[in-house]
Amino acid sequence: MIKLTARTSERIAKVFILSIAVLIMGILIWIIGDILLNGIPHINFSFLSQMPRNMGREGGIFPTIVGTLMLTVLAILIAVPFGVGAAYYLAEYTKGGIVTRIIRFGAESLAGIPSIVYGIFGVLLFVEILGLGFSIISGALTVSIMILPTIIRTSEEALLAVPKIYRDASFSLGATKWQTIRCAVTPTAIRGIVNGVILGVGRCVAETAAVMLTMGGNVLAVPSSISSSGRTMAVHFYILAQEGVMQNAYTTAAILIILIFIINIGTNAVIDQFISKRTKGAR
Amino acid sequence: MLKFKENLPGYIFFGFALSAIAALFTIAMFIFREGIPVIIEYGFINFITGTTWAPTRGDFGILPMIVGSLSVAVGAAIIGVPFGVCCAIYMAEFAPEKMKKVLRPTIQLLAGIPSVVYGFWGLVFIVPFIRNNLGGNGFSLLAASVVLGIMILPTIISISEVSIIAQPKTYKEGALAMGLTRWQTICKVQLPAARSGIIAGIILGMGRAIGETMAVIMVLGSAAQIPKSLLDSARTLTINIGLEMSYAVGTHRQSLFATGVVLFVIIMILNILAQYFTRQRVKKV
Repeated sequence: MIKLTARTSERIAKVFILSIAVLIMGILIWIIGDILLNGIPHINFSFLSQMPRNMGREGGIFPTIVGTLMLTVLAILIAVPFGVGAAYYLAEYTKGGIVTRIIRFGAESLAGIPSIVYGIFGVLLFVEILGLGFSIISGALTVSIMILPTIIRTSEEALLAVPKIYRDASFSLGATKWQTIRCAVTPTAIRGIVNGVILGVGRCVAETAAVMLTMGGNVLAVPSSISSSGRTMAVHFYILAQEGVMQNAYTTAAILIILIFIINIGTNAVIDQFISKRTKGAR
Repeated sequence: MLKFKENLPGYIFFGFALSAIAALFTIAMFIFREGIPVIIEYGFINFITGTTWAPTRGDFGILPMIVGSLSVAVGAAIIGVPFGVCCAIYMAEFAPEKMKKVLRPTIQLLAGIPSVVYGFWGLVFIVPFIRNNLGGNGFSLLAASVVLGIMILPTIISISEVSIIAQPKTYKEGALAMGLTRWQTICKVQLPAARSGIIAGIILGMGRAIGETMAVIMVLGSAAQIPKSLLDSARTLTINIGLEMSYAVGTHRQSLFATGVVLFVIIMILNILAQYFTRQRVKKV
């Protein structure tokens, strides 16, 4: 009798947690599906290439695409050396100790800091004290700190996942530490590192609060340099949604989602190819 | 010289690594420098227990915002934790490979969707639903809890899953060998063993909920009042900064940085707690 109850409860539990997993997928499909269904039919070349008119109520989103691109490229260029460098230190060089623990604490804490706090920090330091103004470069500097922990963590995991035997083999051939890292460890870990960078790209594209505060979202012209202010697509979408310009908000969001989609899923295949070519070349 | 050349990359990497802690320190320093004077001038106790926020008249009470932030965090946890932990159990123990291949990208995507998209979804579906069926104008703690509860799912799921998987196999095998069913093993052995990891995930999730700005602005409204029911609008610390930063000047502006100081301190406490629980997990395993 008791055994039967245990079995029954096992069955009920299984069905229950399966339905929760399905429900979560359902919610994702709901959120994304609504935006894609309402947005995709209105995506066309003129929407992508035209200037917004009447504060975004009509016309396209061209300047916000340029803004997103400039912000992301700059932020990645700034963050990658620091993030990947830190990961190399944490995975390959450190022997533990208090300094490493402090560095780790810093990286983990940065990951938890709200974007609005990054935003007001960016306004204070980059916009005002360093005199960069409400500009793409201020936004990029701010966002580059935000994505630092993501890049550090993913790259470090990639480096730690390299089997120890690779390093031992390299050392036993008489390679120095730096040679080992360059020729044995990095090629194996590069896929994970690139993945970390891509996650960073995703966060740049998605970020709104910090970007809105530091880039000065009122300007709807095509940014002419990194010191112009501008909007990203995410900021533009938020402003449209708040002003009730629903159709253009939907279309902008659909483009954003597709972009995130490509970043999340499409890249894996590309990286795989890239890596297999590279490693073949190295051999 | 050769030794130096060989060690050079290490020194450079060390320099880069220091940037993580330097950034944290710099952020704290600048925000505190700008925010602390107002807190001292107005009185720390008055600042965090005052219920009136009227910065142009010199009233800087942020208690409603503290209550608002904590309420949405708790609300998000109430919705997000059961779903998240169940999903983590499913992925760690029951899901067949095929299902995992679908679920993993789903969760990745949930984590990657911009928060404004979540807010928009809440604005289009949840807020009108509450307005039409439960009353009020729909911009409410309930709407924010639902939206944030979904937003924090990826955090809770991934950390809980890792801490279930990371246990020594012997725990599970021992329990199964004793004749427990898989469900009993999960409830009585694996979940208790994964407890500190799951707690860390929940804390990080609540931190994310407290730190979220755009999504809550879109579904919570912004009334600077202490909410009395789930259907009331409220204002979080983040909303307070996000809404007023663009036009605030003088003491008003400093008071927003002071709000940032409070937010920063709350988040750092949660961060440290989460890191403590993560270490517990690592120690045990």
